[in-house]
Amino acid sequence: MGRLDVRKTHKLYIDGAFPRSESGRVFPAEDSNGQVVARMSQASRKDLRDAVRAARGAQPGWAGRTAYNRAQILYRVAEMVEDRREAFAAQLEVDGRDRAAVDAEIEASIDRLVWYAGWSDKFAQVLGNLNPVAGPFFNISVPEATGVIGVAAPEEPPLLGLVSVVAPVVVSGNTAIVVPSGRWPLTAVTFAEALATSDVPGGVVNLLTGFKDELLPWLAGHMDVNGLDLDGAPSDMVGALVDAGAENLKRTRTDRTDDWWAASAQSPYRIAAFTETKTVWHPKGR
Amino acid sequence: MSDSPATVSHAPLDWAYAESKESTSIVSIPEEQGLYIGGDFLPAANGATYASVNPATEGHLGHVAEAGEGDADRAVSAARAAYETYWRDMPGKERAKYLYRIARLLQERAREFAVLETMDGGKPIKESRDFDLPTSAAHFFYYAGWADKLEYAFPGTDPRPLGVAGQVIPWNFPMLMLAWKVAPALAAGNTVVLKPSTTTPLTALEFARLTREAGLPDGVFNVLTGHGDAGASLVAHPDVNKVAFTGSTGVGRLIQRAIAGTDKKATLELGGKAAHIIMEDAPIDQAVEGIVNGIFFNQGHVCCAGSRLLVQESVADVVIDKLKARLDTLRVGDPLDKNTDLGAINSADQLEKIQELVASGTSEGAEIYQPECQLPERGWWFPPTLFTEVSQSHRIAQEEIFGPVLSILTFRTPDEAIEKANNTPYGLSAGVWTTKGSRILWMADRLKAGVIWSNTYNQFDPTSPFGGYKESGFGREGGRHGLLPYMAGVV
Repeated sequence: MGRLDVRKTHKLYIDGAFPRSESGRVFPAEDSNGQVVARMSQASRKDLRDAVRAARGAQPGWAGRTAYNRAQILYRVAEMVEDRREAFAAQLEVDGRDRAAVDAEIEASIDRLVWYAGWSDKFAQVLGNLNPVAGPFFNISVPEATGVIGVAAPEEPPLLGLVSVVAPVVVSGNTAIVVPSGRWPLTAVTFAEALATSDVPGGVVNLLTGFKDELLPWLAGHMDVNGLDLDGAPSDMVGALVDAGAENLKRTRTDRTDDWWAASAQSPYRIAAFTETKTVWHPKGR
Repeated sequence: MSDSPATVSHAPLDWAYAESKESTSIVSIPEEQGLYIGGDFLPAANGATYASVNPATEGHLGHVAEAGEGDADRAVSAARAAYETYWRDMPGKERAKYLYRIARLLQERAREFAVLETMDGGKPIKESRDFDLPTSAAHFFYYAGWADKLEYAFPGTDPRPLGVAGQVIPWNFPMLMLAWKVAPALAAGNTVVLKPSTTTPLTALEFARLTREAGLPDGVFNVLTGHGDAGASLVAHPDVNKVAFTGSTGVGRLIQRAIAGTDKKATLELGGKAAHIIMEDAPIDQAVEGIVNGIFFNQGHVCCAGSRLLVQESVADVVIDKLKARLDTLRVGDPLDKNTDLGAINSADQLEKIQELVASGTSEGAEIYQPECQLPERGWWFPPTLFTEVSQSHRIAQEEIFGPVLSILTFRTPDEAIEKANNTPYGLSAGVWTTKGSRILWMADRLKAGVIWSNTYNQFDPTSPFGGYKESGFGREGGRHGLLPYMAGVV
């Protein structure tokens, strides 16, 4: 008899821990043939509220880190993803792609993490500036993290899409509640494990596997969420989500990315979307 | 002291100093080290070598090759080949990953490099350990992130590398100056021939081995050890596209003349005679700490050292008294001791220059103060030194001493402080201490210096540009600005 393997339980990632959904619900993750390959936790409204609470608690500390420190931590995430290539590959292959195709996705995801890590101590140098006001004043504008951001990751590609929406949100000091791909949810849990071993503080990224049509309205309506990236939201939901977010004037990104592999799918303006520009005046004089 | 806690004794405590030495066992220095050219360690063409010396003991730290006739040409050819074969056309994101690897390896091996730096250069281990190495690694990490974002650094242009960079660096921060030069050059897509200082070649050679460990392609980074003539032939080499130099204003002038009439670009980071201004409303105790850090950091072997103290007259006496008391507590001695504040003077030549200028201070009428301190018998040492009664025409108020020597002058009004601060051919840095924010900014607008520190001194960060006005040179290192001197097509 061979050895019996030990299977992984797929859970949510909230506040640095891996709880099951408080609702007790699960949903099947299926491969391209409709075979069930795992049972995922199905996040509820209550899980989402817990995640917002965790994200709010973690935000000041994360934004208070030096940009250099956030850069090193995001780079560390890239190191951890590289280290889990085999696990990611096995999970990505369930959609029927061959190994070369999923390897390409893993590599693009790692490189994108590295790209955003490098922005941590640079975006303020590109997006901020000194303003030559017509008077004896020092006047400088700097971008600052907005706060807690709700993120809808695209359905495909599951890993590259997830990385592409999470990295630009958190690199500036925001914290995030992320609803990953519902059709291909496996890699989101493994990505959470990479985050959990990367010195990313608990609560900075919270991943809720489940159903976007159930979760996103609660996220959009939550009064302690400051912004929404709806790039990966179902297009027929976007209007209602923007409407729900208007109650507390959520900064909402509604641009749609056609090609997550393209260079245009990464930009410092994705970082800018969830920053507030702060302008400081100070007089000059003897 | 008694070992037994139970014994109650009123005998005077024994405050004898207990040394706390960093072990050197982590470091291994090869007996012979060649020039690093095209990924190999090679002897100089003429076979010459010289010994690198520990300035704290005068002991030899192995021999390194002494580059001579033809060696610069070999190194530049290797750099050119690497540039044309792979580095120039490598995607930025791949260059970035090499630089991130280098940053990570430097972080991993930081302690080893810090000990080697202290042995070869004489600086206190607490500085090499807590400043030089972490900051060097941070520079590589920062510029790694620019390698794949050059189009954002210079929007609306076509940023390209220049080619081969010839870089000549000094002995005061050997590893950090390497990082300041090499990281932006490689990030921008140039290849490098580095000439470290004659007296401090060891960390650059160890760094060469580190780049091998990182898998950096052969010839992208090359090291020419040797004397001034090696640097001169590197700078003069017709196939060098970019010259970067940190060192004395005298040599900077020679370099600018040597490349006149060529297409070479240059960055020169030269001497300084920084004014450190203390206003009467300054937090005096903090200012005194800032003054001490400003002039005694790295034995005063710092181009931006706050070597001219300008104190407002009303607080001059109290500042000078507190300074003298603070000087008495500075610990001068073995750089490998973790408590040492001032290490060894880098070379016998440098010690002689300091002694000569200090003698001129006394003979021109300034008043010298040095604390009682016992200097080691072997090696090169100079005690922390203050001069009062200094006037602007004194040599010690005009010339860069590059040692632990502070010249103190006074002023009455902010305008007079600015006048005196700017009264020097240099313009690298300046410091201002005052609790009034508007005055800091008013003074910063008027000080002719590339870096202004207010209510702090000697702060450095990879994101922050550094470089001088006037005869302190031109070009900036650090920050987005630090990429510009390594780019073509940004016009």
